[in-house]
Parts: sequence; C-alpha cells; structure tokens
Amino acid sequence: MTCATDRHGQPDPLSAEHALYLLSQMLRIRRFEEKCVELYSAARIRGFVHLYVGQEAVAVGTMQTLGPDDAVVATYREHGHALMRGVSARSIMAEMFGKVEGCSRGRGGSMHIFDAATRFYGGNAIVGGGLPLAVGLALADKMRGLAGVTACFFGEGAVAEGEFHESMNLAALWKLPVLFCCENNLYAMGTALARSESETDLALKASSYEVAAWSVDGMDVLACQRAAERATAAIRGGGGPVFLEFRTYRFRAHSMYDPELYRSKEEVEQWKERDPIATFAASLQSSGLVTTDALERLEQQVAAEIEDAIAFAEAAGLEPLEDMMRFLYTEKDRHGTA
Amino acid sequence: MAPLETANAVMTYRDAVRAGIRDALLRDQRVFLMGEDVGRYGGCFAVSRGLLEEFGPERIRDTPLSEATFVGAGIGAAIAGMRPIVEIMTVNFSLLALDQIINNAATISHMSGGQFHVPVVIRMTTGAGRQLAAQHSHSLEGWYGHIPGIKVLTPATLEDARGMLWTALEDPDPVLIFEHGSLYNMEGELPADAGPVDIERAIVRRGGFDLSLITYGGTLRTALAAAEELAAEGIDCEVLDLRVLRPLDTAAILASVVKTHRAVIVDEGWRSGSISAEICARIVEGAFYELDAPVARVCSCEIPMPYAWHLEQAALPRIETIKQAVHRSVGGGRG
Repeated sequence: MTCATDRHGQPDPLSAEHALYLLSQMLRIRRFEEKCVELYSAARIRGFVHLYVGQEAVAVGTMQTLGPDDAVVATYREHGHALMRGVSARSIMAEMFGKVEGCSRGRGGSMHIFDAATRFYGGNAIVGGGLPLAVGLALADKMRGLAGVTACFFGEGAVAEGEFHESMNLAALWKLPVLFCCENNLYAMGTALARSESETDLALKASSYEVAAWSVDGMDVLACQRAAERATAAIRGGGGPVFLEFRTYRFRAHSMYDPELYRSKEEVEQWKERDPIATFAASLQSSGLVTTDALERLEQQVAAEIEDAIAFAEAAGLEPLEDMMRFLYTEKDRHGTA
Repeated sequence: MAPLETANAVMTYRDAVRAGIRDALLRDQRVFLMGEDVGRYGGCFAVSRGLLEEFGPERIRDTPLSEATFVGAGIGAAIAGMRPIVEIMTVNFSLLALDQIINNAATISHMSGGQFHVPVVIRMTTGAGRQLAAQHSHSLEGWYGHIPGIKVLTPATLEDARGMLWTALEDPDPVLIFEHGSLYNMEGELPADAGPVDIERAIVRRGGFDLSLITYGGTLRTALAAAEELAAEGIDCEVLDLRVLRPLDTAAILASVVKTHRAVIVDEGWRSGSISAEICARIVEGAFYELDAPVARVCSCEIPMPYAWHLEQAALPRIETIKQAVHRSVGGGRG
C-alpha cells in the first residue's frame, strides 16, 4: 500500500483506497489510545502510559513504506507504531492489561511491546537506548546481504543523549541501512527543546555526521509518506542512513502523571488546529475522495476492532507464577540454539 | 571430530584467547569481532593481532570510541542472527556501555516473553597488577554477576581462555568474558586442537582436605601458589576455580566446603556487597553446620586502585594475606 513518487518527487495522484488506508490507520491509533485513557482511569491499565495522540501521521506515513523484511525499533510511546506495524490490537491491549496473551506475555506493558513476527524490536524505555540496537540490526542485515531497512523512532529528547551521537556516527561510517525517525514534539517530558539544546536545528546535527537529513511536517501524513519513501529509496540504494526530523506535537500529557505546567493551553489548542487526522479527513472530503458515509463506516470498523481487543484482553489469562522465571535465559529445548 | 594434531603447544594466555577467536571465525561465518583498535592496532593487549590480515575488515571491525553504541550494535546484530564478539578494552570502559548491557542485553529475552534472544559475547580485560591506577584496574566482574539475564565467565587458564569462547558463542544468551590483564603473558601448554569447554561448572584445580580456597580469574594462580606453600606447612588446601560467576556453581562450592569444613574466599573485587559476600552467604545458607570455622575473605582494599607498585600490591590479595587467612581459619599457633 504505497503511494509511489516519480523521479521528480511529485506524488502520484492519491487514490481513494490509499487515502482511506492512511486515514484508517491513524484513526485506529487515535481511538485505541482514547480507550486506553478510559481503561487507565478504570485501573484496567496501570504503570506508565505514554500517548501518541497528535503524532499519528508520523508512524502511519513513515511505516507504510516498510515491508515485512524491514525492522522497527520504537520507544515507550509506541502503541501507534506497533499497531501500524501490524501487531494486533488484541495482543497490545492484552499486554497493557498485563495478561499472558499480551505480545510480551504481560512482562513489558505499555512501554515494552515486542513482536518477532513483524520484526518489532520494542518498546525501549531508555531515551536513546534503541538507537545502538537499530544500528546493530542494520549491521546484521548488511553483513548478511539482506535488503532490510531498520526504522528507528525516537523523540527529540534523545538527541541530547550520547547514544544518539555515537549511533549517527557509526551508522554513517559503516553506511548502514537505518532510517532514523526523530519525532520532535517540542518537549522532552517537560523540557522544551530550546531549554536543553544549544543548537535546535536537529537535521543540522545529523548532517554533521554526514547523514542525509531533513525536516518534515509531521502533522501531514502525505508529507511523512513522501519523506519516508525518498529516504527508504536512498537507503535501499546503499546510500547509508537517513535522518528525518518530523515536526509534530503531542496533544496529551507526557504520561498519565503530568500536570502540564510547562506549556500553555493556548499552545496546545493552536496545535490541535493542525490535527493530522481531522485535517486529512477534511481534505479528503472536500476533494471528494472520501464520503461522509465512508468515514462513518471507518469509525465503526475501528470501534469494533478496539472493542474486540478489549474483550480479548479482559478474557485473557494471567501468566502462571511458576512461569515467571521463564525466558530469563533461552529455553533450548523449545528454541534449539536460537 | 578427530583431532588433527595432538601435540601440546607452548603458548601464552593471549595466544589462547586469539586461537579461540580464530577458531570461531573459521567455524562460523556469522561470527565477527568488533571493538576499539581490534584491527589495525592488533588489539590494545595484542590479542587480535594478525586477525585483520587473515579475515578482513568486514569481520574484524575497528570501531569509534563509542562503547555504548558498539556494544548496543553487537546486541542488535546478535538479535538479528549474527554472532558478534564485542571487545571492550577494560572493564572500567564497559561502564559506558552499561545501559546496553543491563537494559537491553540482560532484559530482552525475558521482557519479550522469550521472542528474542541475544547471542552476543562481550569480552573485556579486568583486574589490577600492572600499575594502571584507578580507571583501568578494577575487578567489576563480580558486580556484573549481580545481573540476571547475562552469563559471566572468568577464564583463569589457557584451556578456558581458548575453550570458553566457542561455548559462549553457541549460547543463545549474552555472555560476558572477563580476561584478567595479568594473565595475558602467562605461559603454558595447550593441545593444538584444544576444543570447547563447558561454561557451567566450577572446577577443583587442587584437591585438599583441610580448607577450601574459593577463587576465580586472576587470583587463581595466587591461591594455588599459597596452597603450595601451605602444603609445605602441612595444611592441605583445596582450590576451587569458580570459572563462572553467573550462574554460580553453588553445588561445587558446597561440595568442597562439606569436604573440608573450612572456606577462605579469594576475590580481587572489593569486599562490600560483592561476589565474595554472595559466596559466603551461600555457604552459610547451604552448609552452615558443616563449618568448623567462620568463612573468611581475602579481597582488595576498598580504595580506588593506586598506581604506585607498593600501594597496588598492598591493596591486592597476595600469597601472604591468603596464608594469614588460612592460618586464622585452621586456628592456633600457626599464624
């Protein structure tokens, strides 16, 4: 389901089918997380939960360019990436319920979604900690002559970590197939970019490592798609890593324990006017690509999927305590020598 | 596999480690070595000298001075099907990669519900005795032994230096190998076809009936030397080489103590909150009523390792301090 760009970077006309696909994926993420808030209030979900609301265009626009042989490394704000990657809503919801049918058997929760089937390598809750891992995944693909691209998502806060700089350097030095996706939502928890970085031009930082880098409107799913297509084509062509800065915004608090003292309501409201789902839906309707009926059907489908996921999670079981120690080390009888 | 050559060869511990790496590179195309100055320089301690010429830069990879990222890259590459050997120059530098070792390597199998495995081997130099002062001399392998999800090996002999690596690479989980810096020049004989060894069990390096000297890594030689001198006095020490600090071979520790009824633990790490404390606790938990004397420990002084020769030597476990602890344990008149 990709929307190819021609050699001049001009997008092909957007098909109704593809438009609806992009919209449906963003909507799945949005509605899923809205339910998560309710379930958190009802204490069905505990721990830290970091919502992606407002940033959906980045995961959807970027990841629809990836194929099954590519790999994804994400952060603790990764429900959207996991859903977009094809990890089932059921297994993600069950994970958040702490159930054994969850994608990580309930050992990870919201912050640690893992799924081998879709090459989804977490759910890393150490800021910057996923970047070296992505470098290694890409190194393995390259050494084995595989064509995979590793897409590594992280926030702009990670740019202050040493692991960011080391990873940029090593990926560029070894020309590794990594797509670095920096989702700049302006705040590292509560710390604004300008309060933590002497140089706030993030693409410039990446460029200093000889990594091709540019900024993208992260509130525009088509812009995200175009950027990712151009980037992955360059990476697959052997050009080494690409860094994309997606300028985006999270509409919700950092996590469930955030009184949001660091930003004004007006600022949040201003960004909400650029809601990636509302604006895309409106443009599709005005151009006649999507009808009101189609939108309503979409909402119903999404609601049904989420209700099914919740019912699945509710009915799912708890990991037996006698299994708690399993998988600390590989179970050789089950996995051979892996 | 029929041995190609059975004659013993005289070599150093360094040669044995190199032979182990070379064996692995020859046996398995997924194996590669990466780290600071492992290629052109030939390794900070000359362990990998000649390997770049033999195997090329794809498989002998010089890295930037980026411990967190090249260790993390080793973890990622391992998850994706490679068998990386990551070399860190010294244990003190490994602290720059702790995030990757502890938050990723040690957690991913369990936290992913067994979906992902991390068959990476991370080698590093450890220990004092070379006047390298406080940022190149510490013994933190026992401290790594605190971490569930990794395995911690301390080869103290040529046989283990060569043979543990292959077994570690075949292990589907992350393995850390600590090579004591003072051992690299140790000479010995090793069969030319010396093969893999287990990475699970402690080994009695010297049998005895009066007292168990429990040690590992760089202090094995010291403990054996002390045991020889004590034997001349009529004290017959058993010397147990732990070989593996996680998982600890508790059964071997208890078996030795049950036999001798006395234990002195020799550990180059610091005493407080240490692997020596853990061993002591396991003895007390598992063999308390077998003990004829309190368990004793000979550890490094609790200071950053000093540079001056006399200070460094005074800070480390030595034959004399081991003998003193043994004399106190066997009691009366000899110490």
